[in-house]
Amino acid sequence: MAQNQSARPLPHASDLTRPYWEGAAQGKLLIQQCGQCGKLRHYPRYICDNCHSFETVWKESSGRGRVHSWMVAHHAYHPAFAGELPYTLVTVELEEGVRALGRYAVPTGEGLRLDLPVRLRLETVAEGVALPLFEPRED
Amino acid sequence: MSLHETAAVTGVGETVYQRGATRPSTALQLEAALTAIADAGLTPREIDGIIPIGITGAPAEELATNLGVEELRFSALTPMGGASSIAAIQCAAAAIAAGLCNHVLIAAGRNVSAGAKAGTRIHQMPQFHLITEFELPLGSVAPAQLYAPMARRHMELYGTTSAQLGEIATTIRAHALLNDNAVMKKPMTLADHQASRMIADPFRLLDCSLETDGGAAFVISGAGPARDMRQPRVLVSGIAEGHPDSPSAITQRPDMTRLGIVRAAPRAFGMAGVTPADIQVAEIYDCFTWVVLCQLEDMGFCAKGEGGAFVEGGRLRLGGKLPVNTHGGLLSQAHMLGLNHVVELVRQLRGQGGRAQVQGAELGLCTGFGDMGDGAMAIMRRG
Ligand SMILES: [Zn+2]
Repeated sequence: MAQNQSARPLPHASDLTRPYWEGAAQGKLLIQQCGQCGKLRHYPRYICDNCHSFETVWKESSGRGRVHSWMVAHHAYHPAFAGELPYTLVTVELEEGVRALGRYAVPTGEGLRLDLPVRLRLETVAEGVALPLFEPRED
Repeated sequence: MSLHETAAVTGVGETVYQRGATRPSTALQLEAALTAIADAGLTPREIDGIIPIGITGAPAEELATNLGVEELRFSALTPMGGASSIAAIQCAAAAIAAGLCNHVLIAAGRNVSAGAKAGTRIHQMPQFHLITEFELPLGSVAPAQLYAPMARRHMELYGTTSAQLGEIATTIRAHALLNDNAVMKKPMTLADHQASRMIADPFRLLDCSLETDGGAAFVISGAGPARDMRQPRVLVSGIAEGHPDSPSAITQRPDMTRLGIVRAAPRAFGMAGVTPADIQVAEIYDCFTWVVLCQLEDMGFCAKGEGGAFVEGGRLRLGGKLPVNTHGGLLSQAHMLGLNHVVELVRQLRGQGGRAQVQGAELGLCTGFGDMGDGAMAIMRRG
């Protein structure tokens, strides 16, 4: 099927990542957890880097975290994003100890600082596809 | 055993660097290869090892066929993005030391004007499938956007400023103006840098490297045979590659202000038996200004967080304590995947640096950075 060159790039779920995307579509951010030793890991992988078990369960994140870093895009490297400039992506350290990348609710990034408390929302960008969005929260 | 001074760079070659090249990448790669082989005083059929660099040029088989190589005894890939060309030196030196082959050609060709642009290429690479799946849909498309959070965190933690990044950009531009084969021909002031448009904050346009076409190549030979070859001998004194924690996604990296070269540097300096204070000239991979600053810290030229102050005051300029990117780098000469850094270091150590020659340069280093944080470095000595 010919892809529209200017269409927004969407995630292609694999068997490994499908639970994450299904969770996201339901408004939940799911983190992989080792079924044997309990270590959390993100992004999804086949085995635990601690005990090397293939056993995996999924744990829902509280969605609470703190800003680790950010980037404000002023140039679109893909035509799908040209109409959204400027937009800000935040790297967030979630309470669970893994990081997530998401859009920041303030497109210019105004008010961002390291360790700023943020809260997750999942934003639907296409039918059945939701991506992380973070907004400031009270500490 | 150690690879210390077991190998030498015996030939270097480049095409003209330009935008809008009309020839395909393979032709550019072959022209550079022929130049490097002739520079070494070899004939193409004497090449018996090949490591092609990058995803835009020809594979080893095609190079061997075109060059009429008599017997290809060794070929390999070192897929580390901009660190590939220096990782390839380590690979070639190891193969030569093991007796597998004698003369290894390392060559790249790029015609990005005709091909995939920045922001497309990385999503064609299997090692970044998680970035393509989890970060691209959010709008993290190109290296500038993926690397910007590393620089931002560094700025917030250590007070590094955009003007300090501008010092790197203007220094390297000044060096490019001394190089007839540099794409950028106009001087750049700090005000020009500060006025350039924001691309991926904190990176401005003039913090970003060029998109250019061309070919570059070099030949690695054993240190023994190199003594009697055509050019003054440039020995590989110390060589190492290093990979960061969470090598495939910067987002998950425990410390995103440290690059893979932090692991390579102690090994390379240890092998060479020298310290950063001994280095007379440094060709440092400069896809973005901040990446130069971070590598200087990671290699131990200054402490983590002190890079901003370190680059100020003309230290990196010709005539300064540590001249950096005397050819104009990826920022102002051409984006040649760092092969141009190797070519330039070899010329400097041979005394063939032209108007940018660092007087008396006998010991220098070159670095590579790529694929979200991989690093490699080579310390070379004339001798
Ligand atoms: Zn485990």
